[in-house]
Amino acid sequence: MTPALALRDVHKSFGATRIIQGVSLEIRRGERHAIIGPNGAGKTTLFNLISGRLPVSSGVIALNGRPIQNRSPQKIRRLGLTRSFQIISFFHRLSVLDNLRCALLWPLGYRVAFWRLLDRERRLNQAAEEWLERLALTARRDVQAGALSYAEQRALEIGLTVAGGAEVVLLDEPTAGMDRGEADRTTALIREITQGKTLVMVEHDMNVVFGLADRISVLVYGHLIASGAPGDVRGDPAVQEAYLGAEAA
Amino acid sequence: MSGATIRRRGGARRTWWGSWAWFSALGLAVLLPWIIFDWRHGRHDGFAVALLTQTAIMSVFALSYNMLSGQSGLLSFGHAVFLGLPAYVTIHVMNAIAAGHLWIPEELLPLVGGISGLLFAALFGYPTTRQRATAFAMITFGIGELVTAAATMFQGFFGGEGGVTADRALNTSLLGLSYEPAIEVYYLALAWTVIAVVLMRLLARTPLGRMAEACRDNHERVRFLGYDPHGIRFCQFALSGFFAGIAGALYAMTYEIVTYDAVGATLSGNALFMTFIGGVGVFWGPIVGAVLVVIMQSWVGLVSNAWQIYVGVLFIAMVMYAPGGLAGLIVLHGPVWQEGRIQALLLSYARVALPGLLAVLGFVALVELGSSVMLGEHEKGAVRLFGGALDPASPWLWGGGAALLLIGGSIARRQGRALAARWALIAEGTSAG
Ligand SMILES: Nc1ncnc2c1ncn2[C@@H]1O[C@H](COP(=O)(O)OP(=O)(O)OP(=O)(O)O)[C@@H](O)[C@H]1O
Ligand SMILES: [Mg+2]
Repeated sequence: MTPALALRDVHKSFGATRIIQGVSLEIRRGERHAIIGPNGAGKTTLFNLISGRLPVSSGVIALNGRPIQNRSPQKIRRLGLTRSFQIISFFHRLSVLDNLRCALLWPLGYRVAFWRLLDRERRLNQAAEEWLERLALTARRDVQAGALSYAEQRALEIGLTVAGGAEVVLLDEPTAGMDRGEADRTTALIREITQGKTLVMVEHDMNVVFGLADRISVLVYGHLIASGAPGDVRGDPAVQEAYLGAEAA
Repeated sequence: MSGATIRRRGGARRTWWGSWAWFSALGLAVLLPWIIFDWRHGRHDGFAVALLTQTAIMSVFALSYNMLSGQSGLLSFGHAVFLGLPAYVTIHVMNAIAAGHLWIPEELLPLVGGISGLLFAALFGYPTTRQRATAFAMITFGIGELVTAAATMFQGFFGGEGGVTADRALNTSLLGLSYEPAIEVYYLALAWTVIAVVLMRLLARTPLGRMAEACRDNHERVRFLGYDPHGIRFCQFALSGFFAGIAGALYAMTYEIVTYDAVGATLSGNALFMTFIGGVGVFWGPIVGAVLVVIMQSWVGLVSNAWQIYVGVLFIAMVMYAPGGLAGLIVLHGPVWQEGRIQALLLSYARVALPGLLAVLGFVALVELGSSVMLGEHEKGAVRLFGGALDPASPWLWGGGAALLLIGGSIARRQGRALAARWALIAEGTSAG
């Protein structure tokens, strides 16, 4: 079976600085995969390459066997890959409901329909309300997104990413800056909404990583130094030395 | 505190209030030619009707501009192109109808303007909307200059310096009207204004309208939701051209002459002024701006040749102190008003308004004295100001004006800060906070 996502010898340099140095990785369909690594390892850059935000310097990225490297973000999204942002990124002057509707419009086939009224579209609004419910944002439905609390903003960020129903989901530090309770709730939410999907997640919180991931990859300064089941990665001496050392001890 | 319930309750009430306001504005627009009636001669007041027609046209124009500036976050410096070019097309079509080459009902001429506006905006907009922000603004400015230059060069279409003229009495009315009396054109313009306003209002609630706002807030995120921001900006730009084109056709029919002024930078600037003075963040803001600017242009223009200075200063003042425009100020007061706390602010407002008014008087005096000196009218002896004849050579007048401006201004500023503090206190606990 073709992997949901495959990277083959992907390189990325900014000028002379080589940030991603030959990453090869296969993500199986339906697995939950965590990418961990120290700050500045290139995790976000890797997501930027996969999602089309940045062009690769060399290498191949394939979604369901189809090369997608250097294609535009919207093309990649239409092919079924969606991502969230480490730094929250939504439409701050639109209401929470409208943010979610924006995420649903393209997948539901509306495109630039200027002959349809949003409020009259039953299917769209029903889907948006369901997402509000799932994200526990129903009470904040009509509030401007920019006025949400930090945890609510993170929930909306995840909602924007997943609402459109893409089969491959990339989440960049979805629990960053959360306290234990919030992180646990977010973990449960991610588990629920990525049911039956392929998830790739960058995460620093080891509770979240080991609670959620089927497999883990470790990225250190642009190199993938290990990839495998959580137990194996935890036991890997190279990983312990490079990254997990402090926590495993 | 449950912010959501307050908001929803406020929302429901505002809807009721909103449609009431729309209908009374429309009622006023319909009745005004009869309220301001020249009873002595038993006919409509020509000046009032001209003013009303211009307001209607400029309202459509400003709203179409706000489809770019407010909704899409795109600052255009060449919007007049999409009023002016359709106005030229319309005036040629009018001449073709008069010559018997074409038959189009006079009532549908604005549609000719609209469609040509759509086509011109699609043509110019395709490359322009690849850009956003500063690059977009620069290109629109370039297009404005380009078309203005073309208008003086290509005589065949633009008629050179003299422009193109036509007679609007075409005899193709579906309603049996001649459209010779200005009042008939006014009601036609008003009808099309209502159509355009309703359509633009609805457009803001469509997937395209919402995505345009999304692009304004965060153009990059839009792409990760499957949309091409260029496509969204392009559609919005083209449709904005459609409505500007309707305004252009009404312009041609009203004035029966189109010159290169109709595509020029002054008119483009007026679109920007009207929209920002009225308020970009509220749908009806640009209409308020259009009313105000037309009044300043025509009424103030009658008594003073410095009206552009007043519009300019008002624009700067709004951008500095009330970036939400007049409509933004009004909306801001909604919750405070509803919760009955406005009385607590009245005194503070009076404290700002009184010295503020004096400062405005001082400023007006200085501007009028200055402009009369520049024009050399003082040789005739006097400036007419505030109902009296004044001698512009008198140092007392200059000194008095400057004193009013400085003292009034500084008191108003100090009181303004007190008002802001008081406002923060009052607004706390209401949904305006
Ligand atoms: N557009 C860019 N231009 C130049 N350098 C960049 C760019 N984007 C990222 N970098 C550099 O690449 C390196 C990796 O950054 P990246 O954001 O991918 O790290 P990360 O693994 O996501 O780190 P963190 O855990 O802090 O989020 C950093 O040194 C960063 O400064
Ligand atoms: Mg990162």
